[in-house]
Amino acid sequence: MALPREARRPFSTSVAPLRRRTLADREDWLGRLMLAPALVYVVALVGVPFALALALAFSSARSGSLEFSWVGLRNFWTILPDPQFHRALWNTLRFTLVSQALVIVLAVTAAHVLSAAFVGRRLVRFLLLLPWAAPVALAAIGWTWIFDSTFSVINWTMLWLGLTKRWLYWFGEPQLATAAIIIVHVWRMFPFATVITLAGMSAIPQEISEAAVIDGAGFWRRFFQVNLPLLLPIITVAVLFGVVFTSTDLSVVYLLTRGGPYNSTHVLSSLAFQRGIFGGDLGQGAAVALFLLPVLVVVAILMLRTARRAEVGA
Amino acid sequence: MRPRWRAHPVLCLRAERVSAMETGFVEIRNLHKHFGEVRAVDGVDLSIKEGELLVLLGPSGCGKTTLMRMIAGLEVPTAGQILIGGEEVDEDVPPRARGVAMVFQSYALYPHKTAYDNIAFPLQAAGMAPAAIRGRVQGAAKRFSIGHLLGRRPRQLSGGERQRVALSRAVVRDPKVFLFDEPLSNLDAQLRAIARYELKELQRELGTTTVYVTHDQVEAMGLGDRIAVMNQGKVRQVGTPQHVYDHPADTFVATFLGSPPMNLLEQDAHTILGFRPESFVPRQDIPAGTDAAVFQFKVRQVEYLGADRLIYGAVDTPHRAGQTVIADLPVTITTPVAEGRAYEFAVPRRALRHFDAATGLARDRGAA
Ligand SMILES: Nc1ncnc2c1ncn2[C@@H]1O[C@H](COP(=O)(O)OP(=O)(O)O)[C@@H](O)[C@H]1O
Ligand SMILES: [Mg+2]
Repeated sequence: MALPREARRPFSTSVAPLRRRTLADREDWLGRLMLAPALVYVVALVGVPFALALALAFSSARSGSLEFSWVGLRNFWTILPDPQFHRALWNTLRFTLVSQALVIVLAVTAAHVLSAAFVGRRLVRFLLLLPWAAPVALAAIGWTWIFDSTFSVINWTMLWLGLTKRWLYWFGEPQLATAAIIIVHVWRMFPFATVITLAGMSAIPQEISEAAVIDGAGFWRRFFQVNLPLLLPIITVAVLFGVVFTSTDLSVVYLLTRGGPYNSTHVLSSLAFQRGIFGGDLGQGAAVALFLLPVLVVVAILMLRTARRAEVGA
Repeated sequence: MRPRWRAHPVLCLRAERVSAMETGFVEIRNLHKHFGEVRAVDGVDLSIKEGELLVLLGPSGCGKTTLMRMIAGLEVPTAGQILIGGEEVDEDVPPRARGVAMVFQSYALYPHKTAYDNIAFPLQAAGMAPAAIRGRVQGAAKRFSIGHLLGRRPRQLSGGERQRVALSRAVVRDPKVFLFDEPLSNLDAQLRAIARYELKELQRELGTTTVYVTHDQVEAMGLGDRIAVMNQGKVRQVGTPQHVYDHPADTFVATFLGSPPMNLLEQDAHTILGFRPESFVPRQDIPAGTDAAVFQFKVRQVEYLGADRLIYGAVDTPHRAGQTVIADLPVTITTPVAEGRAYEFAVPRRALRHFDAATGLARDRGAA
């Protein structure tokens, strides 16, 4: 049975508009369009300041003046022999390494505890994340009181437990100030590392741990020979973030000790802030701040490479 | 402390015989596992004899894995008892003390370890000396022809090779009981047939008591010394493959085993009649004098499968008309059968099974 011509028409005409490409079909342009906001954001808030810092590091710019002249590597030659710079560099390395080592141990332990089923696990998980979510200024005030020269609860507790015989002046002695900074750093960083580790643990098939149980491995053998190696890639990622975060962090040192006592606890970023903003020598500040850049780039490449190599395939 | 029978050969022999004949090597008594509302295992009694290969067969989700995990000690029963080698294993007996080796459906190989280290792991955990470990691992690898693959990681191995590594890891420490959870289901059909043959050979040679889980009835029939058919957390029937196939205990077992499944006809209000498709043949192909039930078979469709013909059609009983029936004719039966026509088909009476319509249970249970 033949249909009348008119009856077929709407069908054939309705096809035509669909055959024209719209923006949604053009993946090349659509892709660029959707990436644009992110790109603008990164360029404006990271790219421009970074380029500015690079330029400043090779200039004699000072705050409060519009003068700008290139001085080549002079800023670097000035800071390199500076003992205060050495101290800050050494502190940065020490803070980073020690706090990251502690963070890993704490994070893996906490992740194992939290992955076990127990009553109130959700509450504990929530509490654990608090340090990471808390504003650093608020946290620093809390910690300043905890380490206060008169009211320190740590001192009370340690005296009461007999762990120390004398009153400790946390921000008055370089050793103790360093310890205090590391403690606060670890406190801030480890929740994030714990969450990452937990995510990594949930990615390990449960049957693999169970196979190890049936194969007769005890807790430590399972931990060191099965769970930890499988967690290594994700821990590497956590450490990478931790290293970059810690070695570029200014807030904890600045808020707790301001670099004191006797400028003994400065890290590169707090020293850069002091030289560049308080001292007004923008060029030198930028040079100090940029000093770790090549090191961090190398660290990042190395760690990403280890992460890829350790990657677990089914 | 238990008396040390092993010191005395005669006593030792008798002890073994008693355990094998009267109680079974693995005893499961009224075992339950409930996950909230779900009764994954719902009152299972099972006695697995020493050295036998028992297949747990049932559809997906019927509780096979849960039952096996309780034997292994990975799951704590809600109620009931498990005995291995005459000793009760409750939650105070951890998996490693039970002497069981398990092959998981996913194999659960350690992805970061080489095949060698995977196989060596249970021996290292048992504190064996490295030199002895090397001998054992190489022995196991040789048995499964994976000696040349020992340096590779699991992801560098094919599915069949991984399965062999998993088997080696289970075999290497000489366990009291093997637990296999669908170890062949990740292999392609060809490999599966070979692996099935090898597995049975291995089990016979080692004589290790084995529980083998599968949802594949062909695998179950081919492998099992005995089959335990499970459904909805309960064991419906235990017996040799032949017995379970020929004398299903209820309509579930009747239709779960066999492909195509057993035909079920509503004979009257109380009785369901069951017969295998291969017992349903044209009347003239039944030897004269055989006592047989005859049906008018309206043929709807015929499939030629090479070795046999599957014939789909309908049969009427006084109770209900148009009940679907399948006949499976071997090539040796050449009687022409055409679609759309009716023929006289017959079933030898000894091949007929009767089930209670209300409960689904077999009436002639245990009849030879
Ligand atoms: N850990 C668990 N939590 C809740 N339900 C479960 C769990 N393990 C198994 N089940 C349920 O128990 C039933 C039996 O599961 P399983 O033993 O894996 O069956 P099978 O191995 O026969 O396919 C299923 O309904 C499954 O959803
Ligand atoms: Mg299963």
